[in-house]
Amino acid sequence: MSSLIKTLLLSILLLGAASVGAYTLEEFTFDSPRQQEEFRELIGKLRCLVCQNESLAGSQAELAQDLRNEVYKMMRAGQSQDQILDFLIARYGDFVLYDPPLKPSTYLLWFGPFILIGIGAVFMVRALLRKKATPDQGLSDAERQRLADMLANRDGKTDQTS
Amino acid sequence: MESTSLPSSKANPRRLFFALVPLALFIALVALLVFGLGNDPRKVPSPLVGKPAPEFSLPELTDPGRRVTRADLMGEISLVNVWASWCSSCRAEHQALMALSDNPDFQIVGLNWKDEAANATAVLRLTGNPYDMNGYDPDNTAGIHWGVYGAPETFVVDRHGIIRYKHIGPIDRRVWEQTLQPLVAQLKSEG
Repeated sequence: MSSLIKTLLLSILLLGAASVGAYTLEEFTFDSPRQQEEFRELIGKLRCLVCQNESLAGSQAELAQDLRNEVYKMMRAGQSQDQILDFLIARYGDFVLYDPPLKPSTYLLWFGPFILIGIGAVFMVRALLRKKATPDQGLSDAERQRLADMLANRDGKTDQTS
Repeated sequence: MESTSLPSSKANPRRLFFALVPLALFIALVALLVFGLGNDPRKVPSPLVGKPAPEFSLPELTDPGRRVTRADLMGEISLVNVWASWCSSCRAEHQALMALSDNPDFQIVGLNWKDEAANATAVLRLTGNPYDMNGYDPDNTAGIHWGVYGAPETFVVDRHGIIRYKHIGPIDRRVWEQTLQPLVAQLKSEG
């Protein structure tokens, strides 16, 4: 039991250590806060290809480090955001972007959910309309007669419905 | 109890069709997701396939006076193999590369990636050297231009310096026989 507690404590400590060790911008120097902001925004848009659910901004992987340096160098060389993004897309593919670009091969990705919602809505509306179109029907004369007969006979017979 | 037939249980093909559509859609969605689960998310397709190999110039690993450049890829079919001494799957791949190193149809060009020269040369000394040449790229200068994001990766480059295929992960017998060998044969026949 105590070893379990130790493990838990250790994991909590390690988690804390990991967040403390998270990447900072301190190793890069910028001309202006605006440039720094731009850099931060740019690396937030880019995916670390090794640890795929992290952005370049958050990743400690060595490749992320390399790519951050590259982005930094290109920025210092005066390249625009789009130029830097195009450079990386040409080498690593669209996957390097967190937001997949809108193009024919991603239409399904972007519009699929809306199409599914649309289909669902069509079926729901159909079902609701149908319900409205067939309200509870009253009894026909023959049924009314049968019901009266059954009620009249009920007292003399045992209950058969159970 | 006497059974009475309800109006809705009448067979109506149109209704049946509309009842089955959501089910069919659901099955299609599940099939798509199952297919997606079977895919390896680490295998990111390279946008470089079909494009000319990027320019690079790296010192040769064992002969630092010499440079390995894009010009070395021209005129011959090349397997450009990204490897490092710290990469354990590269070690597994190494044996497969050794078996291919005598093949006269192509050259094997190493891209020694984010490695230390001493460690890399030790690997080649101890386990054999399947490479015709090795670009030494400790700082990932060429690697970025090749879109390398892990080791091992292997690019198949044709005689005109066009990247024709990228294999992510180690080359083994199966990969060679099913993918690379037919491709090399095709490139050879293209002339």
